[in-house]
Amino acid sequence: MNLKNTLCAAVAASFLTAGVASAENLTIATVNNGDMIRMQGMTEDFTKKTGHTVEWVTLEENVLRQRVTTDITTKGGAFDIMTIGMYETPIWGKNGWLVPLNDLSEGYNAADILPAMAGGLSHEGTLFAAPFYGESSMIMYRKDLFEKAGITMPKSPSWSHIARAARKMTNRETGVNGICLRGKAGWGEGGAFITAMSNSFGARWFDDKWNAQFDTREWSDTLNFFKNMMDDAGPAGYATNGFNENLSLFQQGKCGMWIDATVAASFVTNPKDSTVADKVGFALAPDNGMGRRSNWLWAWALAIPAGTKKEAAAKQFIEWATSNGYIELVAAKEGWANVPPGARTSLYENPNYKDIPFAKMTLESILSADPNNSTVEPSPYVGVQFAAIPEFAGIATEVSQEFSAAYAGKQSIAAALQKAQTITNDAMEAAGYK
Amino acid sequence: MARAVTNQRKATNTLFAWAIGLLIFFPILWTILTSFKTEAQAINDPPIFFFFDWTLENYAAVMERSDYAKFLWNSIIIAVGSTILGVIIAVPAAWSMAFVPSKRTKDILLWMLSTKMLPAVGVLYPIYLIFIGLGILDSRLGLVVVLMLINLPIIVWMLYTYFKEIPVDILEAARMDGASLRDEIIHVLTPMAIPGIASTVLLNIILAWNEAFWTLNLTAAKAAPLTAFIASYSSPEGLFFAKLSAASTMAIAPILIMGWFSQKQLVRGLTFGAVK
Repeated sequence: MNLKNTLCAAVAASFLTAGVASAENLTIATVNNGDMIRMQGMTEDFTKKTGHTVEWVTLEENVLRQRVTTDITTKGGAFDIMTIGMYETPIWGKNGWLVPLNDLSEGYNAADILPAMAGGLSHEGTLFAAPFYGESSMIMYRKDLFEKAGITMPKSPSWSHIARAARKMTNRETGVNGICLRGKAGWGEGGAFITAMSNSFGARWFDDKWNAQFDTREWSDTLNFFKNMMDDAGPAGYATNGFNENLSLFQQGKCGMWIDATVAASFVTNPKDSTVADKVGFALAPDNGMGRRSNWLWAWALAIPAGTKKEAAAKQFIEWATSNGYIELVAAKEGWANVPPGARTSLYENPNYKDIPFAKMTLESILSADPNNSTVEPSPYVGVQFAAIPEFAGIATEVSQEFSAAYAGKQSIAAALQKAQTITNDAMEAAGYK
Repeated sequence: MARAVTNQRKATNTLFAWAIGLLIFFPILWTILTSFKTEAQAINDPPIFFFFDWTLENYAAVMERSDYAKFLWNSIIIAVGSTILGVIIAVPAAWSMAFVPSKRTKDILLWMLSTKMLPAVGVLYPIYLIFIGLGILDSRLGLVVVLMLINLPIIVWMLYTYFKEIPVDILEAARMDGASLRDEIIHVLTPMAIPGIASTVLLNIILAWNEAFWTLNLTAAKAAPLTAFIASYSSPEGLFFAKLSAASTMAIAPILIMGWFSQKQLVRGLTFGAVK
């Protein structure tokens, strides 16, 4: 018995020593949003379980994107784990810059990741980043204003219904705008919104030969519809409004509707910050009867740059941070409303989470977006509100600047579309697509 | 009557100067005020100026989330280190340009200044690769060198302007008394140019403190200064303006205090030689 105990103690001690000897210090680059900040506060749990310590580099989204892109393209090795989005993952995976994540442990249950998320974070079937949280876009609307205006909100409204409701709710005297949408230049701001909206109008960025499609009627319809509706029922200066500006307007009761990221639901229903917290309803993003809705799909995910010397520890962290165990940890400490949404199927089967008012609509929105089949006419690219090619960010930023100028009345829609066509075709030709 | 007009003009000028001063200072004042508001008050429309429930919750949140002392220490080392190194290199350079000019001195000065006109992002990749090669990525040493190089043209230009104001006869007298070149620069020129050097040092510490391109792009977890600290509170998806303002106030406070106490030297140095 004594011998057995001694042996057990020796084995345990050797494991412990091995654990300590291989304990790593991971440097993780991440984005500054509520879920990621919360994760930083939970890191102690990871350290307790594995012995590995973590150093965080938290940056604003655009700074982060530039920072990690510089590092990965130069093989700088400054980070062991990077927080990247759905746009970067397939491109970087294809280039061999990321460590494949197909060999995560059985207990991790990779099959539980929402198929839309796994699809958008893979290249040719190989998962290159594990989703920490996912989002789509949906309508957040003021139930009281709809009631006052005598309108109802269907679960799956059309754009014409939305435009009618927006105009009816608008009251310039009381400062209520029927609808608030992103018009701000930037591929991730107004560019993302108008691209997702254009999908529902039958438009696409490129045909199967990578020719720009801004000279089509579908794009003209999209932009004209958007501008007319926003001129009549949107806030003043909407051409420079992005997520934060619209969030501020909505929280102060100045928007009848807001179509934006599903993560905004937790902000607008938080009574601490929102004056309309108890008056918000949710609906699917509008369509136009063409089989595609205008919602997008996005995920912030954790990936390991190829060449890191701490791959094993990095994989352990990713398994911890994107697991069901982490979701339960957050739920226990901060409540179910604060768990990272949109990544795992089982979350939406959890009875505790089903009570969250926006949970169902978030899931339905995510499930209704398909990055591999986002347009009515076939297109050669992956992505809903973007085309997952390296050139897209630069092109779409320029194009969205032209669109914003048109919203602000500095040029006509036709002129903006013509410029967008030229910008895109020139860039694609220079990049060798044509 | 003439006296009344003079007084009236004085009052107008004073008022005008205060108005301009307030206008320039307003963004900083607004940031400081916002840092004491709740997130909801920070975005209130119409904006709330002074009459709100002042809170320290943002400072508490920032202190809890970030290691402020680490960022502050990195900022101090990088700003002071790069300035001292820059002055050590710039004093002899400015001396030679001011007192033994060649035909090309003006061209060299202009060329030095023209390097400031190149967009920094244009050389990001080469410098990043050099840093990887030298193993100084995310190190304070690397940033000290880079910021020194970036600010060197300004240091040389400023010192050159100050040195030009010093009568060359004094240096010649020192030489006739047997002073070596080293003695001439260290014991004669430098003491006479102390106000100019002091203002150059102060201005360059401010420039290095506020530099936000290289300090963000060449650092990760170890050498990140206060610019990275601020960047970690900026978010395009989420209204965290009050926390961002608290972080910004904490980041600018040391340099603001330093500027306040040394404003006389700064103004004296910056206007040195401006009026003859």
